[in-house]
Amino acid sequence: MGEFKVHRVRFFDYMPTAIRAMAFNAHTERLALARMDGSVEIFNFTDHYFQEKVIPGKDSRSIESLCWVGGRLFSAGLNGEIAEYDLENLRPKYSLEAYGGPIWTIISNTQGTQLAIGCEDGTVKLFEVLEEHIQFERNLDRQKGRIISLSWHPSGTHIAAGMMDMIRVFDVPTGHAVQRLLVDRGFGGSKSRETVVWSVAFLSDHTVVSGDSAGKVQVWDGHTGTLVKTHLVTKWDVLALSVSKDESSVVAGTSEGTVIQFQFIAPTLHQQQDKEWVRTRTFKNHTHDVRALAEIETAIVSGGMDTHLVVRPLLEKFDEKSHASGLRKIHFPHVIANNINLSCAKKAGLLLFQFPGQLELWRLGDSDEHGKPGDRLPLKRKPEKLLLLKRKGEDHICCSALSSCGGWLAYSTVSSVRIYRLQTDNNNISITKVSKLPKALHSAHQLCFSSDSSKMFAASSQSSVLVIALTQSECKYVHTLKPKSGSRQPIHLMTTSGDGKWLAAANSDCEIHVYNLQKLKLHCIVPVYGSCPSAMGIHPTTNNMTVVHADQQLFEYSIVEKQYTDWSRKLQKQGLHNVWLDRDTPVTHVTFNSKNPNQVVLHDMHMFCIIDQMFIHPCPCHNGLIGFSGLFYNQMTLRSLSEQERPSHLHAFKICKTFQVSLLFLASLLDDQSLVVVERPLLAITSQLPAPVRQKKFAT
Amino acid sequence: MAALYEGFTLCGLVQTQNASDSPIQGIELDGDSDHAVVTDSTRSVTLYKVSDQKPLGSWTVKQGQLLTCPAVFNFQTKEYVVVSDNKVIRVWKDEDLNLDKAFKATVTADVWRVHSAPGGEPVVLFQRGAVRFLDSLLSAPQQPVEDVLSEEEVIRWSTNIVAEEQHFVLFTTEQKGECCLYVQRLNPNTLQKYRLEREDSGASPLSFSASLQDKHLNLLYLYPNGCVYQSVVAARGYVGLEGVQALPRSLRLMVPVGEGELGAASAVALDEAHVAVVGVPHPSARTGKDFLCIWNTNFQTLQAGKEMAGRIHGQVWCYLGKLFVSHGKALSVIPYECQKSSLASALGKLRHTGLAGNAALPHGTSTGRISIKCNCSQRNVKLGVNCVQPQPHQTGPVDEVQREVEALVSRGDAQDLQLSVGQLACHLVARSQAETAFYTPVALAQLVQTQFLCHSVCPGLLLLSLEHKDYFLCQLCLQLFPDIPEVVTCACLKTFISNEVLQTPYSDNFLLPHLKDLDTQQVILFLQYLQFVYLKYSQDVYTQTPGLRSPTMTQIIDWVCLLLDAHFTVLVMAPDAKGLLSNLQSFVKSQVKLFSELGKIESSLQELHKMKLSKDISQYSIEVIELF
Repeated sequence: MGEFKVHRVRFFDYMPTAIRAMAFNAHTERLALARMDGSVEIFNFTDHYFQEKVIPGKDSRSIESLCWVGGRLFSAGLNGEIAEYDLENLRPKYSLEAYGGPIWTIISNTQGTQLAIGCEDGTVKLFEVLEEHIQFERNLDRQKGRIISLSWHPSGTHIAAGMMDMIRVFDVPTGHAVQRLLVDRGFGGSKSRETVVWSVAFLSDHTVVSGDSAGKVQVWDGHTGTLVKTHLVTKWDVLALSVSKDESSVVAGTSEGTVIQFQFIAPTLHQQQDKEWVRTRTFKNHTHDVRALAEIETAIVSGGMDTHLVVRPLLEKFDEKSHASGLRKIHFPHVIANNINLSCAKKAGLLLFQFPGQLELWRLGDSDEHGKPGDRLPLKRKPEKLLLLKRKGEDHICCSALSSCGGWLAYSTVSSVRIYRLQTDNNNISITKVSKLPKALHSAHQLCFSSDSSKMFAASSQSSVLVIALTQSECKYVHTLKPKSGSRQPIHLMTTSGDGKWLAAANSDCEIHVYNLQKLKLHCIVPVYGSCPSAMGIHPTTNNMTVVHADQQLFEYSIVEKQYTDWSRKLQKQGLHNVWLDRDTPVTHVTFNSKNPNQVVLHDMHMFCIIDQMFIHPCPCHNGLIGFSGLFYNQMTLRSLSEQERPSHLHAFKICKTFQVSLLFLASLLDDQSLVVVERPLLAITSQLPAPVRQKKFAT
Repeated sequence: MAALYEGFTLCGLVQTQNASDSPIQGIELDGDSDHAVVTDSTRSVTLYKVSDQKPLGSWTVKQGQLLTCPAVFNFQTKEYVVVSDNKVIRVWKDEDLNLDKAFKATVTADVWRVHSAPGGEPVVLFQRGAVRFLDSLLSAPQQPVEDVLSEEEVIRWSTNIVAEEQHFVLFTTEQKGECCLYVQRLNPNTLQKYRLEREDSGASPLSFSASLQDKHLNLLYLYPNGCVYQSVVAARGYVGLEGVQALPRSLRLMVPVGEGELGAASAVALDEAHVAVVGVPHPSARTGKDFLCIWNTNFQTLQAGKEMAGRIHGQVWCYLGKLFVSHGKALSVIPYECQKSSLASALGKLRHTGLAGNAALPHGTSTGRISIKCNCSQRNVKLGVNCVQPQPHQTGPVDEVQREVEALVSRGDAQDLQLSVGQLACHLVARSQAETAFYTPVALAQLVQTQFLCHSVCPGLLLLSLEHKDYFLCQLCLQLFPDIPEVVTCACLKTFISNEVLQTPYSDNFLLPHLKDLDTQQVILFLQYLQFVYLKYSQDVYTQTPGLRSPTMTQIIDWVCLLLDAHFTVLVMAPDAKGLLSNLQSFVKSQVKLFSELGKIESSLQELHKMKLSKDISQYSIEVIELF
């Protein structure tokens, strides 16, 4: 069906940062995750672990701990501040100084009325949670030595605090320490080192579970302050603990990258009443420190130094093998994938990479040669880094855009938007900052240029879109497009049509609004589907919009006719192939083949796929003979068939898995049948990580 | 390769009054492949069973009558046909005892030959060139016979070839030194005349031999100067082509002729690549011209040679893997075998393999009479007429020879050089062997360095150099000759040890008996040397410069094994060898250990091979993919 020239770009040396903390909100099933660079990501566990929101980081911000109070998210960090986040505008709502030195941990009581923080100066500070704010209430008895970890008893009366060499149990109403649990130091050389109690968990039956730097998980009786059981699980540190909702299981994360589960069960069959904490399973899904851990209903979620978020399902919670029972590894924040931009200037293919601290503009290489499939073409011109633009201020870049003519470049942080005029002639590039920006344009969740580069669209608060007119001399505010639904959620996807008439914007409420740009008003709302759109694109000639959702469903919606197209209906009627639905990374880009209007090109992290609407879709019932993947990923089979046999085996989903290493971006250039593939091999990321702790391996 | 096997005498020959005359007119096949019909020069025809060397029958014409043509067997009627007194055709059967009582018919013109071949009717060739089928002639014996040849033109040789429903009568004529080939096709009858290229010396060919190969008639003819030429005529010629065509020729072989020219000699093609020549000198033997040799024309190499006692009559017939040669007072039958050289087929030199086996059966050649006449006419021609054979080496002093060789070597023509280098080397070797004072190391070395020589061309050379202790030449020969016999290799070993000896090709079975000839001291010395070489190379096996000629480890080990095989019992007894043997034993032990260790990790190493080399992934590339 066709040959493509593929520009394989591997010079995007993006490095995700380590995961520092996470908090799971069982009520909303959202996981909040904090990285070392101060960014916070929200994953929706009800919607295929889709990363629906990202709050960009800030240089001065460091997050040590996250805490949900109802739907509100708080963080505390070593900068000594407590922050609450505005999850609608994706920025900190406010932050306040706790005056206790660096803060190691933040927790809330089960009622959601109070917050407690553990400070470097040895105090546990209580804050009252108010409607729009929090207010300092009091200190518990000050201790010698820092408070590393805290756990609130479900009744709210007691707090256990992990410190150096000990655990204190406080009586919250009086503020006095009622128990002192001494934690042993490690053996041998580490005897002289203080033991850090990295994590504590206070259970309903007043059992305290602790994990410490000597590699122990210890079970204490909180009433009497006596040690019940010691589990030495590692030579290194036990960094994180998490208790299941029913308190029957505790998981511990270690520096070795393992997650160890303990369960409260009877050790023998005869005495079912005599339960104790027994070490049961060990999971090894990380190479480095497991710093953050959450045991949710059906899975263990872990993250750490190696930057991956791992969802490890507990198979006993599943009745049958299903989509949810598979292991998930989430390697990249999706926003990264969404923020690589390509300009399709006829001759100079420009590629914009967004890093938290800078933007890089590259010109793609070129080759005159033609080759047969499988060939690597000799380069006439090598790729060239044209520009390195460092952001101003402390806030990290949250979005950026490059106009298709290559003449405009814009980026936004939570505090400001900057627009630049780019002029490239031959090898010289000049960049001019557009000085006067409209006042309304102060921050954007998404930026995008119209195809003729005459307008810029900025996704603003409450799902509104600012329309900015661009001329050589100035930027002028034109209009604010507002959704009728009144949604307050941020827009995470935006795309314009080739003819400049339509703008589509998708928000975290799963709504897609289509605006008529000529009339500057809402054209229609695409019927809301239960899963968040992960990628969308408007066809350059037909103006049909292809939308792919986090649950891998695929729709084609005719903007003009305000309805799904026949092809889309047929596809939905028939159902998508299981192999397609079982993929575990969402589609992050949709683009189109300029030469063949029937072809939609889309990709996820592991493959790219060309959907040819002229061909039949592989029927989901065709599983029996060849096996799923045999039929679906059948490019190899097709290649081996003769010209005569081939047509009968062709189907609409042409999947290319040649580029298996973390595809981050894909776009088709306008000028010819070529694709741009940005790859980021996981190996390259692994190689940049610090060495993991030394472990004794058998026979070494 | 080709070989001549031990021959046997089929019959004695009656000495004729004229000593130079051949005692045999011809040998023809009978219906039985083991039978030969021998016609002597006077009156009798004898049928022999060849393998038993036993006459089965004999027929004689009356006193006063003379058989003028060899008897032939009519394969269709199972009768014998002979011509007496040029005009009387006699036909008889096996059971007829008396030739006089047999059928006879007198024809109007003198008959030259009656030819018969399996699958074809017998043909009568008249002396004036006319051709008749025997049947039609006998049905009207008195029919007029036309003259085809001109007045002074005489037939020298003739044959007929029957193949694939084609019937040819070929005959050559001579007129005032000019030779012509007539190709008479029968049914339909066409006659084509070709003029043979004149040899510079003006000599006429000594012998002819014709065969049908790959739809072409191949004519092979030998000149007194030793040149064997080949001419090719298309079997399906242009019917009605008028006039005399010039017949192009190509030099197939240059037989060394020794002193003077060839007298009674004859050449017959055995197959596409081999030619048997009788009445020539053997290049490495004495100069006497009484040898039967088989030459490979593709490589100009002598494949086999056999001395024939007594005077050679220049007659050779070739039937079914046997050569019939009349010499002295006997007719000898010598079985031969020609194998296709695999090298030749590898080089693609053999164009027509496995084609028309029957048709390619060579037919009889030559008559004594021609050679005698030629001989007489050419005796006066000055010696050394061979253009590529320079003179001084015959008698000149060393420096003169040297100059001659240089001149020769500096000439570029490879084909000529190949022949002349061989001849020259043989001459020089022969002269050195004869005159003890004469030895030209530089000239010989130069000749060897042309790389046109091999051991079989000049077998005496290597031994000569050994005799003169000319180790440089020895080394050179060992280095460049591909075909040194094992016995000579061992002879070299006895006198000196080198890198070079170890690298000569050999076959275990042949070498072993010769190695046994070495005495104990030599063996010990050689083993010590081998051990030294082995240790030397095993240390810097990777630093060996490729240009340097050095034996491979395997070659050294093989020689050690061979030597030990040949002399182990002796060496065990010899006290001097004790240390050496124990050294070798510990060495072998360590090797065995090493190899067993290597064997253990073999599978691991193989896994390394299987490991996919990760593709070199650069930062950027443009690739072409195809999706279906």
